[in-house]
Amino acid sequence: MTEFFSAVLEHSFLRLAVLMTLLAGVACGIVGTYVVTRRITYIAGAVAHCVLGGMGVERYFQAIYGWEHTHPIIGATVAALIAAIIIGLVTLKAKQREDTVISAVWAIGMAVGVLFIAKTPGYQTDLQSYLFGNILLVSPAEITMVALLDAIVLTLVLLFYKQFQAVCFDEEFARLRGIHVEMYYLLLLAMTALAVVLLVYVVGIVMVIALLTLPAAIAAMFARKLWHTMTGAAILATLFSLGGLAISYEPDLPAGATTIVLAGVTYITVAILTSLSTRRHQPG
Amino acid sequence: MILNERRDVTAVADDHNASSPLSIHDMTVAYHRRPVLWDIDYAAPEGSLIGIVGPNGAGKSTMIKACLDLVPRASGSVRFHGGTYRAQRRSVGYVPQRESVDWDFPASALDVVAMGCYGRIPWCWPVRRKDREAAREALDRVGMVDYADRQISKLSGGQQQRVFLARALVQDARTYLMDEPFAGVDAATEAAIVTLLRTLRDGGKTVLVVHHDLQTVPEYFDHVVLLNMRIVAAGATAEVFTPENLQKTYGGRLTLLDKAAHVMASGGRR
Repeated sequence: MTEFFSAVLEHSFLRLAVLMTLLAGVACGIVGTYVVTRRITYIAGAVAHCVLGGMGVERYFQAIYGWEHTHPIIGATVAALIAAIIIGLVTLKAKQREDTVISAVWAIGMAVGVLFIAKTPGYQTDLQSYLFGNILLVSPAEITMVALLDAIVLTLVLLFYKQFQAVCFDEEFARLRGIHVEMYYLLLLAMTALAVVLLVYVVGIVMVIALLTLPAAIAAMFARKLWHTMTGAAILATLFSLGGLAISYEPDLPAGATTIVLAGVTYITVAILTSLSTRRHQPG
Repeated sequence: MILNERRDVTAVADDHNASSPLSIHDMTVAYHRRPVLWDIDYAAPEGSLIGIVGPNGAGKSTMIKACLDLVPRASGSVRFHGGTYRAQRRSVGYVPQRESVDWDFPASALDVVAMGCYGRIPWCWPVRRKDREAAREALDRVGMVDYADRQISKLSGGQQQRVFLARALVQDARTYLMDEPFAGVDAATEAAIVTLLRTLRDGGKTVLVVHHDLQTVPEYFDHVVLLNMRIVAAGATAEVFTPENLQKTYGGRLTLLDKAAHVMASGGRR
C-alpha cells in the first residue's frame, strides 16, 4: 500500500486515476441514490451495456473511415442517452413487459458493440478494458469529459432536487401537485446514462451497476435525508474505487474488480451487522 | 329498482352542481374494457364528512383516483368547486393509502410533509424556511411534531399515516380525498384522525374518506356513499345507512349484519 502512495507521487497516470475516482464518486453518489430509491437498477444495467454498442460504433468509424477527432466517450454518451430515452418512453407508455424491453435493450446494445468491435481491425484488446474497466489508462481528455458530465449532473440536481425527490418517493402525489412526472423521470434516466458512462471508465461496463448502487444502498441504511444519502454514497464510492486502486496496484490485480469486491464485501458486512443490531433492539 | 336507488343521490342533474366541492357526472371507469365504475353521478355537500363504503373491489379507491385524473375515465366528467382538477389543484388535498409508497426512502417526516408545499414553491427553488415552518405546524396538528426529524421507516404504521395526513394539511385545501386513512392504525391514531377530520369539517372543509369498518360509519360520518361499481345509495348517514341498502351494496358477502336484517332483506329481494 505504501508503494502505491509513493507511486502516485511518481507517476502522472496514477494521479489521473486518483482524480478519476474523485470525479466518478460525485456522480455515483448522487445518481446512485436516485437509482436505488427509485428502484431502476436494471435500467442502469441495460444503459451500461448499450455503452459498448456506442463505443464499438465509434471505434469502427474511427478505424475504417478515419474519424480522427472523435473519441469513444462521445459514442458511449450518445448510446447511453438513446438507450435511456427508449427505456424511459417504453416504461412510461407500455406498463406491461417492462422487464422484457429492458433485457432486450441490454442485449441488443451489447451485441451491436461486439459486432462492430469484431469488424474493427486492431482494437480487440479494447473490448477487455471496456467490459472490465481500466482506470490506469485514463487520459487527460477523458478527465475533462468526465468533469463536464459531472458538472451537468450537479447542475440538474441542484436545480430540480425537490422534483426528483417527489418523483422518486411518491410519483402519484408529485403528479397531483402539478409536477411534470414524465419529464423528470426521463431527465433522471438521462442523468443515469451520463453517470454510467463515467463509471465505465472506473470499473467497466459489466460492473457499473454494483458501483452505482452499493454505496447508495449502504448510505441509505443510515441516512435520514436524501442528500445525506447522496453525500455518504459519494464518499463511499470514492473510497471504494480509491481503495480498489491502491489494493490492486502492488499485486497487479484488475482495479475495477478489486473495487467491486471491496464494495460488495462492505455492503454484505454492513447489512448483516445492521440486521443483527436491529434484532437485538427488538426482543421477541 | 334503479330509479328507487337514485332517489337517494343528493343531486342528479344533467350538468354539474357548481356550488358542490366535488361533483361527478356520468363517470364510468374501465380496466382492460371491464367496467370498474359504472355511471357515477354524485355531488358532495359542502362542509361535510363523507364516508365512501363498499365491499372489496367495489371501486372505492378507483372513484377517488378517477376524480383526481390519476386513472383515466372512459366517460363522464368531474368538477371540484366548479372547475376541473387541473384548475383547482391547490384546493384539493389527497391522502393515498399508506402502502402506496416505499417507507425505506431516505427522508425525514418533515421532508415528506414539505412535499405538500411543492405546488407553490417556484420550480427551481429549494424548500423555503416558511415551507418548513408550515410543515412543522401541520405535523403539530397531527401530534407528530416531536418526530419531525425522524427517518420515515422508523415510524409506526399509525405515525406514517399521520405524516401523510400532515402532508395533505400543509396544502390548506378546501376539499380532501382520503383513501383508507384508518387502515392498520393503532387506537390512538384512529382517535387523533377522527378528531382531525371533525376539526376540518367544522372549519368548513369537505372531507371524503374511503372507509372499511362498517361499525364506525354512523359515528364518524355525516354523509355516506354506498358503492359497488354503481352508487347504491348516497345521502345523510341516518337515512341511507340502512340494513336494506347495505344488503344491496354487499350482497351475500356481508357478515356484519345481524341475521334478522339479513333474512328480511333477502326475503324482499326480487
